Amino acid sequence: MIRLEDIGFAYPNSTRVLEGLDLLCDEGTRIGIVGANGSGKTTLLHIIMGLLRPTSGTVTLFGRQPSSEADFREARRRMGFVFQDADDQLFCPTVAEDVAFGPRNLGRSAKQAHEMVSRTLDMLGIEHLEKRVTYQLSGGEKRLVALATALAMEPEVLILDEPTAGLSEETSEQLLGILSRHISTSIIVSHDRSFLQRASDEVLLLEKGVLTETGMSEMGTWSRSRPPSPGDPL
Amino acid sequence: MHLEEFAEGHSIWHRMDPRIKILGLFSFAVVAALSNRISVQVFALLTAIVVLMSAGLNERKVASRMAVVNGFVLFLWLFLPFTTGGEPIAQLGWLVLTREGIVLSLSITMKANAIAAATIALLGTSTVFDLVHAMIHLRIPNLLVQLFFFCYRYISVIHLEYTRLRTGMKVRCFTPRSNIHTYRSLAYLMGMLFVRSYDRSERIYQAMVLRGFSGTFWTLDHFHMHRRDWIALVCMSLVILLMVVGQLAGGIP
Ligand SMILES: Nc1ncnc2c1ncn2[C@@H]1O[C@H](COP(=O)(O)OP(=O)(O)OP(=O)(O)O)[C@@H](O)[C@H]1O
Ligand SMILES: [Mg+2]
Repeated sequence: MIRLEDIGFAYPNSTRVLEGLDLLCDEGTRIGIVGANGSGKTTLLHIIMGLLRPTSGTVTLFGRQPSSEADFREARRRMGFVFQDADDQLFCPTVAEDVAFGPRNLGRSAKQAHEMVSRTLDMLGIEHLEKRVTYQLSGGEKRLVALATALAMEPEVLILDEPTAGLSEETSEQLLGILSRHISTSIIVSHDRSFLQRASDEVLLLEKGVLTETGMSEMGTWSRSRPPSPGDPL
Repeated sequence: MHLEEFAEGHSIWHRMDPRIKILGLFSFAVVAALSNRISVQVFALLTAIVVLMSAGLNERKVASRMAVVNGFVLFLWLFLPFTTGGEPIAQLGWLVLTREGIVLSLSITMKANAIAAATIALLGTSTVFDLVHAMIHLRIPNLLVQLFFFCYRYISVIHLEYTRLRTGMKVRCFTPRSNIHTYRSLAYLMGMLFVRSYDRSERIYQAMVLRGFSGTFWTLDHFHMHRRDWIALVCMSLVILLMVVGQLAGGIP
């Protein structure tokens, strides 16, 4: 579904962030990405979403290579994205309106959008927040609502930038349940390795501009293909 | 950042001591604004254009800035030529075009463009922090410096918030159309922008106060006048003196 080949990227007037990066995310794979602060994880996700354009390499989304903003707009209808900072996502006065915003953009009627709002909030267990003012929510509540705004668009692939930062243990646990029940294809960036191990099929490490395998697998055990060596990051 | 988009570069104006640039611009603007002789205004405009061209800035961006200024000027042209009393030179229906009106509009156009071009070339080529430092060194009242600094700070905050929210809308497939959903969303965006910018600047201010800020900006860097800065100072003084003499002397209008 998502394929990146030989991606290079540098911000204007600064050093290269990504260099020769490859990534393949097929239907039904759940990918986790770890990496040091400033290693370029957020940058990578923004490239996938077409918010940044790579300086070299190709991005293939759903079998096509988007070249213009219009192409990316088409692809974004099928990809749900949650920002690292939930404040980037929420702008409507009330939670209900914010969650309905995406479905409305996809052409759903007001009634359908409304149903989608109740369904999504129910699913996340935050139906009590429906009428609240987004801007007065707590940090963790904002995160859940931001997630709801993406889920309400029923994306084929969900892309999350540090979904667990600032969430309590119970809420993280609950998030894990929701992801495993409702999401089959995802790319998740997180610093919480135990969360990532349980939420993804393979965990990749972003380092020096490229993604490498870490050998961590779903059950939190080392994969058999390669024994752990002392240099392995964990 | 948007407001400092001209600050990077290597022209003589970029390397000049910001104190001189502030002094030069201030006196140039005062003399240009007060002059009522066409010859002085033409001279001011030409000088400003030469200065602006020698700063080597991105032409398209400069043009778009100047277009904003001339948008206001255009507005004046709609009224002034017809509402200023004087010698009539043409009649359009019940509108009377006067010679004085045209001269006045022309003179405002030249002054506005001269001052705007000089401002872009002189102030635009320094970073805001350099300008703040220079203002402190020039003993400009602290309150004015604070006003200038916070204006800049808050405008950048609003701009940053705006880009963030717009990106957030973009990933959720928002495309502006002419329908209620679009208008409502843009209205929400505006509302949220003000609430959030206010909040954020409040927090920035609190953070400054918590670190002991009480209205004084401490300067770390000190400016040093190089030889080229002294030369620039002399040249600027000469240009301004020339304008003052041109204004006060008799002869050409
Ligand atoms: N707008 C920008 N302009 C210039 N450099 C930037 C910009 N945004 C990020 N960077 C730099 O690019 C690098 C990668 O940033 P990025 O945000 O992708 O890191 P990250 O892996 O998401 O880090 P974190 O774990 O802290 O979220 C960093 O060194 C950062 O300083
Ligand atoms: Mg990040």
